[in-house]
Amino acid sequence: MLGIGWALRRFVRSSEDFFLSGRSIPAWIAGLAFISANLGAQEVIGMAASGAKYGIMTSHFYWVGAMPAMVFVGLFMMPFYYGSRARSVPEYLKLRFDEKTRGLNAITFAIMTVFSSGISMYALAKLLELVLGWNFHASIVVTGVIVLAYIFLGGLRSAIYNEVLQFFLIVLGFLPLVLVGLKDIGGWEGLTSKLTVVATNAGFESGAWTHSWQYTGAPTSNPMGIEWFGLIMGLGFAMSFGYWCTDFLVVQRAMAAGSMTAARRTPLIAAWPKMFMPLLVILPGMLAIGLHATRGGFLPIGSDGQPNYNLAIPMLLAHYMPTGLLGLGLTALMASFMSGMAGNVTAFNTVWTYDIYQTYIRPGQTDHHYLRVGHVATVVGILASVIAAYAATRFNNINDILQLVFSFVNGPLFATFLLGMFWKRSTGHGAFAGLLVGTISAALHYGLTLPRGATPGIHGGFLGTVLHHYPSEMALNFWTAIFAWTGCFITTIIVSVLTKRTKTDEQLRGLVYSLTPRIEEGHMVWWKRPVTLGIAVLVVSAILNVIFW
Amino acid sequence: MNQLDVRIPIGGMFTIFGVVLMVYGLVSDKVMYERSLGINVNLWWGLVLLVFGSVMLWLAYRAYQKSKPKNPV
Repeated sequence: MLGIGWALRRFVRSSEDFFLSGRSIPAWIAGLAFISANLGAQEVIGMAASGAKYGIMTSHFYWVGAMPAMVFVGLFMMPFYYGSRARSVPEYLKLRFDEKTRGLNAITFAIMTVFSSGISMYALAKLLELVLGWNFHASIVVTGVIVLAYIFLGGLRSAIYNEVLQFFLIVLGFLPLVLVGLKDIGGWEGLTSKLTVVATNAGFESGAWTHSWQYTGAPTSNPMGIEWFGLIMGLGFAMSFGYWCTDFLVVQRAMAAGSMTAARRTPLIAAWPKMFMPLLVILPGMLAIGLHATRGGFLPIGSDGQPNYNLAIPMLLAHYMPTGLLGLGLTALMASFMSGMAGNVTAFNTVWTYDIYQTYIRPGQTDHHYLRVGHVATVVGILASVIAAYAATRFNNINDILQLVFSFVNGPLFATFLLGMFWKRSTGHGAFAGLLVGTISAALHYGLTLPRGATPGIHGGFLGTVLHHYPSEMALNFWTAIFAWTGCFITTIIVSVLTKRTKTDEQLRGLVYSLTPRIEEGHMVWWKRPVTLGIAVLVVSAILNVIFW
Repeated sequence: MNQLDVRIPIGGMFTIFGVVLMVYGLVSDKVMYERSLGINVNLWWGLVLLVFGSVMLWLAYRAYQKSKPKNPV
C-alpha cells in the first residue's frame, strides 16, 4: 500500500522537470486541468459529506451551479481574461477600476486561500487519524510540516500536468469504491429504499434524499432547507457564477490554452466530465448515509450529536477496499489534499507579497527582499491554515464552511465583475464601495441569522439577536451570498452614478464588453463553435435535472 | 519537440499500477476479499488500469508517429 504511494511520489517528482507548462496546451489537457484545479479534498470529501447530509440535492452544485456558470465563463468572460493583460483577479480590478479596489480584493482573497488550505489540512489530518491511528493534533502538525517542505522544494512547478495526472488518479481510484458499494447496497433501487429510511427518520417525505427538485416548494420539506428561489439565486447565480468566473486558480488553466478559441472552449470541454462527477463524489456519500441508517453506526458521531459526514469517503474506503486498491484510493486522496493545500498557500504568498506588501507596505525593495518576505508569508500562511483547520473541526460537513467563505468573497465580487464588464459607466469608487458594502452585508446577515439547532458563534448569530433561523447551514450560506451580491450590486450602481469616471473609453478597451471587438468564429465548423458546445452542455444538464427531479 | 506528451507519464504510471495490482491480486490471500463482496478487486481493477494505461501509451505513440515526418528532429 505504501509502496504504491512511494512509487507515485517518485514518479511525479522525476517527471516534473520534463514538462514545460505554458502556451499551446491542447484543449483537452487544459480542460482536465480546469476541473482538476478544484477537484481537491474540498470536492471529494465535501461533496460526499453533502451527499450524505443533504442527499441528491447536492447535485445542484453541478447541474444548476457549475454547468451554467462554466458555459457563461467560456462564452462571455474568457474573451476579457484572455484578451486583457490581467493574470489575476486583483490585477483585472486594478486595470478596470483602481488601486484601492484591487487592495480590498487582495485582502479578502488572501483570507479565502487560508480557509481553503485549512480545510484541506483538516481533511488530511482526519484521514491520517483514521487510517494510521495518529492523534489529530499531531496529524495537523505533521501535515503543516509536509506542506512547508513541499512548497520550499518547489513542488508546484508545472502544476497543470500534475493536475491532469491527479484527475485520472482520483477517477480511477474511486470508481471501484462506488461500483462495489453500489453492488453491495443493491443498485440504485437498493440505495433508494435505504434512503427512504434516512428521510423518514429525519422527518421528511420518503423521497427527500433521492429527488433533487420535487421537495423544493418550501424550505422545511427538504434536507437542504432551501426553497427553489434561494437555490437558484443563491447557489445557481451568486455563488456559482461568482466562483467559476472569479477563481483564478481555475481560470488560469484556461488561459494556458493556445488561442482565444481554445481558451473559450476549455471550460466548455471541462463541463462534460464535471457533469458526471456527482456519480463519483455525491453517490458515495449517499451510500454511506444509507449504510449508516440501516446497518447501524457506519459513520462516527461527532461532538454535536450528528454523524461526522466528512468521514463518508474514508469510512467507505476502509470498509470495502482490500490492501492494494486501498493504497490507490488513499494515494489519490492524499495527492489531492497536498496539492490543494500547496496551491492555496502559494496563492496566499503571491497575493500577500506582490499585491499587498509590495504595493502598500514596502514598495521599491530588492527582489531578494521580496523573496524573503515570500518565505515568511508561506510560513504565516500555513500557521493561519492551522487555525482555519481547527475552525473546520466545528463543522460536520466541510462543504458548509467552504461555501460560507465563498459566499463572503465570491458573492459580492461577482456583482463587481458583472458591472465592471458590462457597464462602462461603473467607477472605481463605486466598485470599492460596492465590494465593501457587499462584504459587510454578508457579515451582517451571517451575524444575525443562525442554522436551526446551532449555538451562536462560528455558525452565525454572533451579533446578539437572531432575526431568522434557517433549516440548515447551507441555506444560510445561499442567502448570505444573495445579500452580499445584492448589497454590492446596488451600492456600486448608486456610487458610480454619483461619482465621475476616471478611466476613458480608450483605457477600458478589452476590459468592458461594449468596448471589446467581437470575436469572429463564423469560419469554424458549426459543431466546434463555443456557442454550440455551450448549448449542448446546458441541454444535457437540463435532462439530468429532469431525470433526478 | 521539447514538450513531453502528458499521455506518456499517465499511461506509464497506470500501466505499472495495473501490473502491480494484478500480480498482487493473483498472489494475495483470498480471505482478504471478503470485504469487497468476494470479488478480487485488485485483479480486476488492475486489469482496467492496465488497459487504460496501455491505451494512453498507444495514443501517445500514434501521435508521435504522425508528427515525426512533418518536423524531423
